[in-house]
Amino acid sequence: MPRLREVVFGRTETALIAAILVTAVILSLSSPYFLTISNLVNLVEAYSVTTILAAGVFVVLVSGGIDISFTATASATQYLGAYLATHFGFSAASALGAAAALGVALGSVNALLTHYLRVASIIVTIATSSIYYALLIYFTDAQEIYNLPDWWSNRITFLRFSSASGVVRITLPIVVMLVVVALTEYLMRWTRIGRQIYAFGGNPEAASRIGIGVLRVQLLAYGYLGLLAAVAGFIQASRVHQAVPTAMAGQELNVLAVAILGGATLVGGVGSMGGVALAVVFLAMLQNGLNLVGVSPYFFGILTGLAILVSITMTGFAERHARKRYAVRSV
Amino acid sequence: MRVAPPGLSELNGKLSSELDRVIGSLRQGAIGISGLLALLAVLIGLFSLSMPTTFPRATTLQAMMFQIPELGLLSLAMAVPLISGGINLAIIATANQAGLLMAWILTALMRQDTNGATLALWLFGALAAGLLSCIVVGLVTGVLVAILGVHPILVTLGTMTLLHGLSIDLTRGRTLSGFPDVLTAISNRTLWGVPISFGLFAIVATAAHVLLTSTKLGVRIHMIGSNLESTRYSGVDTRRVQVWVYLISSILCWLAAVIMMARFNSAGADIAQSYLLITVLAAILGGVDPYGGFGRIAGLFIALWMLQVIASGFNLMNVSPHLALASWGVILLLVMAVKRFTPALRLAPRMRGSRSESPAWPGPNRRPENPS
Repeated sequence: MPRLREVVFGRTETALIAAILVTAVILSLSSPYFLTISNLVNLVEAYSVTTILAAGVFVVLVSGGIDISFTATASATQYLGAYLATHFGFSAASALGAAAALGVALGSVNALLTHYLRVASIIVTIATSSIYYALLIYFTDAQEIYNLPDWWSNRITFLRFSSASGVVRITLPIVVMLVVVALTEYLMRWTRIGRQIYAFGGNPEAASRIGIGVLRVQLLAYGYLGLLAAVAGFIQASRVHQAVPTAMAGQELNVLAVAILGGATLVGGVGSMGGVALAVVFLAMLQNGLNLVGVSPYFFGILTGLAILVSITMTGFAERHARKRYAVRSV
Repeated sequence: MRVAPPGLSELNGKLSSELDRVIGSLRQGAIGISGLLALLAVLIGLFSLSMPTTFPRATTLQAMMFQIPELGLLSLAMAVPLISGGINLAIIATANQAGLLMAWILTALMRQDTNGATLALWLFGALAAGLLSCIVVGLVTGVLVAILGVHPILVTLGTMTLLHGLSIDLTRGRTLSGFPDVLTAISNRTLWGVPISFGLFAIVATAAHVLLTSTKLGVRIHMIGSNLESTRYSGVDTRRVQVWVYLISSILCWLAAVIMMARFNSAGADIAQSYLLITVLAAILGGVDPYGGFGRIAGLFIALWMLQVIASGFNLMNVSPHLALASWGVILLLVMAVKRFTPALRLAPRMRGSRSESPAWPGPNRRPENPS
């Protein structure tokens, strides 16, 4: 039987599931509205953009890198798509294609600079983030684009049904989010390149000696995040019906915190898409539940901070425990 | 005084001191102090040539001195943890919570018509309360970093979120403004032509320089940044050093908070958020090694002047401030590229282990190799 300490300080996913269950029980007891289908579905939709971005950040974190510039990428791609669609009448597919190409390109710039300058990726992406943002604001004058075409701003519903608590709509953001999560899970767990990303993040030196294409791995990780940033940018604009160059500024550390809470580490090679998804669920439930119970929304930041600190405290003790065990064995 | 003929031992001594000098200059980080000074001179020269009537003037210099202190103090607060191999993402949140506490005391508790000795007492009390709150934040952060062994980027991401959340929760997002003139004088009065805030910053920067280069603690901060484990094995209480690092960083945040209150005449939870990443940019541009262990406050000081010269120059040329921000990023990348592709400098940061592929942040707490 596993000892209590191993259960508590064990895998992040187990801890998150436990935390989610406890929160769910408490919240459903204190608010009858919490455990209704329409509430849960709305919750998922509200967190779709964060989840999509967190999936991309997760891939970069597994590769041993870090990226601060993805919100700048998301804003730039969103604006490009909106500009092409409103000024040149681009169709949905071509606008999305252009935005995705820009996203992949901006991500690849990060990968190339990190690779060839041999500088920590956080520095490269801090630099590129300020460059991307500054150029975006410079060229757009921080002007919003309001008149998005119908295909973009109309709410696309895949499935609607009525439940006891009201009409439930499965909308585009939810579907896209699910596809992204499934795709990332498949990419990271079942494909050769996914396993190479884990190997490279775990030990770059060893990975390159067994013949893993180092530049290819980095290009894929940062390019994938760039692609997902473009997708997230489109979804975000469709939810608020406008493209605002500064809409996502300052969100980068929040998304990073979600990925970290989900078990990804800064040294790379560890983490799972499931863990990141669970972290989103946990934070979403916490925020929504507190709203329903009547706690001030201003209180949420304090709770997020506490959740991060508790989570890293548990990881810290788990790692120290593992290290101790290793030390004893190696003597 | 007797002049000895150059003997063999003297030559040896000369050679080794020369070698020390070369290695020392290599260790100074990006492109060395002299390289940064040259770059600064080039920038000043370029702007002076293109705007001979407006740029090279005392008023421009004074305007720049008014603007440097707040980013400067925050960059100092970032540089100390960076040199120790860590990072403090919570500097802005720490400064803002201290600023809010001081502002709350001065606006809500103190009567507005207070003056004279009573006012001095209130001011002293407010400043002391802000300092105390920063000391608490620094101690908690330092202790968490020291006992958890988790990378400081995570710990301070947590404290940042927590402190910002606290400030938001207590203020409901409002800002507090309207402080006594004595306080705002720090950022709008000059003493012999030098803004008081700049004088304060220069003194603090000098003190930080002395602390980092000439005291036991300073050397140990460099040592844990270079290699935490071997520092511990050489008998240094590394945890105590880590607590000091975050304590110093937080106290610098308090000074930044005072300057920001004086400059903006207001305090809020979301003030100066965009400075966070720029402080990292400034520190690294100034030659602080992001992997820890190396870095000079003098380099940071020059880097701050470079950033300010670009910002002020662009401003005088009526170029968008956004392009100034973009050019800061470009300059950082250029400096990194020069460092990477200049053969003499390439050796320098690679002396600690193989770093053929840079991971995001290989701090002192990299996981142990896989147990087999």
